[in-house]
Amino acid sequence: MMSASHSSMVNPMSSNPYGLKEGEVSTGTTILAMPFDGGVMLGADTRTSMGSYATSRSTDKITFLSDHIFCLRSGSAADTQAISDIVKHYLSHLTIETGREPLVKTAAHLMKNIVYSNKDSLSAGVIIAGWDPVEGGQVFNVVQGGSCLKQSFALGGSGSLFIYGLMDSEFKEGMTQDEARALVKKAISHAMARDGSSGGMVRTMTVTAEGNKRDVTPGNELPFGPVF
Amino acid sequence: MSEFTRPMEGATEIPPAGFNFENVSRNARLMEAWTNAKEQAEAMRKHHAQHGMDVAPMMAGGGYPNHMPLAKKTGTTIAGIVFKGGVVLGADTRATNGDEVAEKNCRKIHYVADNMYCCGAGTAADTDQTTALVASQLELLRMDLHLPHATSLRMKTAVTRISRLLFRYQGHVSAALILGGVDKAEGAQLYSIHPHGSSMRFAYTAMGSGSLAAISVLESAWEPDMEEADAVTLVQRAITAGIFNDLGSGSNCDICVIKNDGAVDYQRPSLTPNNTAPFRAAITRSSRMDMKPGTTPILDSKFVPHKGATLADVTVTEMEVS
Repeated sequence: MMSASHSSMVNPMSSNPYGLKEGEVSTGTTILAMPFDGGVMLGADTRTSMGSYATSRSTDKITFLSDHIFCLRSGSAADTQAISDIVKHYLSHLTIETGREPLVKTAAHLMKNIVYSNKDSLSAGVIIAGWDPVEGGQVFNVVQGGSCLKQSFALGGSGSLFIYGLMDSEFKEGMTQDEARALVKKAISHAMARDGSSGGMVRTMTVTAEGNKRDVTPGNELPFGPVF
Repeated sequence: MSEFTRPMEGATEIPPAGFNFENVSRNARLMEAWTNAKEQAEAMRKHHAQHGMDVAPMMAGGGYPNHMPLAKKTGTTIAGIVFKGGVVLGADTRATNGDEVAEKNCRKIHYVADNMYCCGAGTAADTDQTTALVASQLELLRMDLHLPHATSLRMKTAVTRISRLLFRYQGHVSAALILGGVDKAEGAQLYSIHPHGSSMRFAYTAMGSGSLAAISVLESAWEPDMEEADAVTLVQRAITAGIFNDLGSGSNCDICVIKNDGAVDYQRPSLTPNNTAPFRAAITRSSRMDMKPGTTPILDSKFVPHKGATLADVTVTEMEVS
């Protein structure tokens, strides 16, 4: 079976699963994206940490790439900011040159090319999600080694390990927007309750043909947690 | 072609621009050589001891040091907040070299542009150099674009320039920065930039070794739309918390207020909680300590001239000036 991650510095079982350098700021994270009937729903926690210290409790990990395409960042904050800036730049040029909205798979492949060709020096796990008029709402997972996987829903970050079972059991194709948002909030709340490097608030983003909508749920109004 | 791109006549070598990392690989080689030499010296010592020879004059480890000389790091408290009328930045003034205080009143709030200032933590040389480099780039950009007013220069430009620079050097440039300022596009803004090149926007933040003490104060008392006087007092309290509770921070508190219209109020020092002058002045010394000359009696004296001393024969010649 093909392994998704090839980089020698990455060991998912170690206490430092992203192979971060000492003192590097990371988004020890829970990120999640899933398509629903008419668009995609993205969700993320808001904690950014450096070792055991949370450098920010209100980070926005849902990052703009183009009008209907966003990415969710996990791994090194510096690396993921740098590469999403590059993809954003490429897509803005493409939009001008072709005169139409870029496809989600184009964004995902641009991201994959950067992650794959710099796999030895990057620690980045990125989910690209968005809507385009050709294929509708889609979700791509660009993992540490540079594989690009089209998935029916995508999970990422250290907190994702705690909610694979929940998502496998609760996710259904063709959910409504409200059902999708409720599931994303629930799943991320469960991950935040069990994963020390995820926490803070839950941010969601709804991407549809009509437009995008942001939503923030404060830590004391989550559907689940904390666990005592 | 511009005249500036042509090499100067007679110049044999133009030094490369930017930071230089030649010493990183040199230090690694040096450290490896030292480790090998230490192991050999230790083996030799053990061998001598086993054969009953005298090992006293042989130093353990062959006298090789355990580490490379370290760069000067500023254990620091820096903080900044956004208030109703702009941004307040604050910093302590201690620079350390290991356990030693290298400088009691150093400047940690750097000029970046007329509407932007930047607090620096990390290696002192790196924060100085990074802010100076970006300040120079932004001034050239301002002139190139013929920007009418200082606040036309955007904060976003400065953040992008600094984070790209730090990202390029992959964390080897140890500069942890808090950038504060105002611009026409987005008003008062505050950013933190980490050594690896990540940046975040905040309403209030702190960095450096004293950041835990400082952020505790900010978390407990910051609120939106504060008045200037309250904002300055809050940042002073945050920095003072670092000065008194973090060993890497100390001495005075500097403050820089950047107002929405671009006016800057740089207070250096803003607070001097460690001024020892009044305490020293208050010490009254015993009159018995003030001894007059001649208090100790001279019992005997003797003059011994230096043997064989001769004065050199000096001829003074006027310098030729015409």
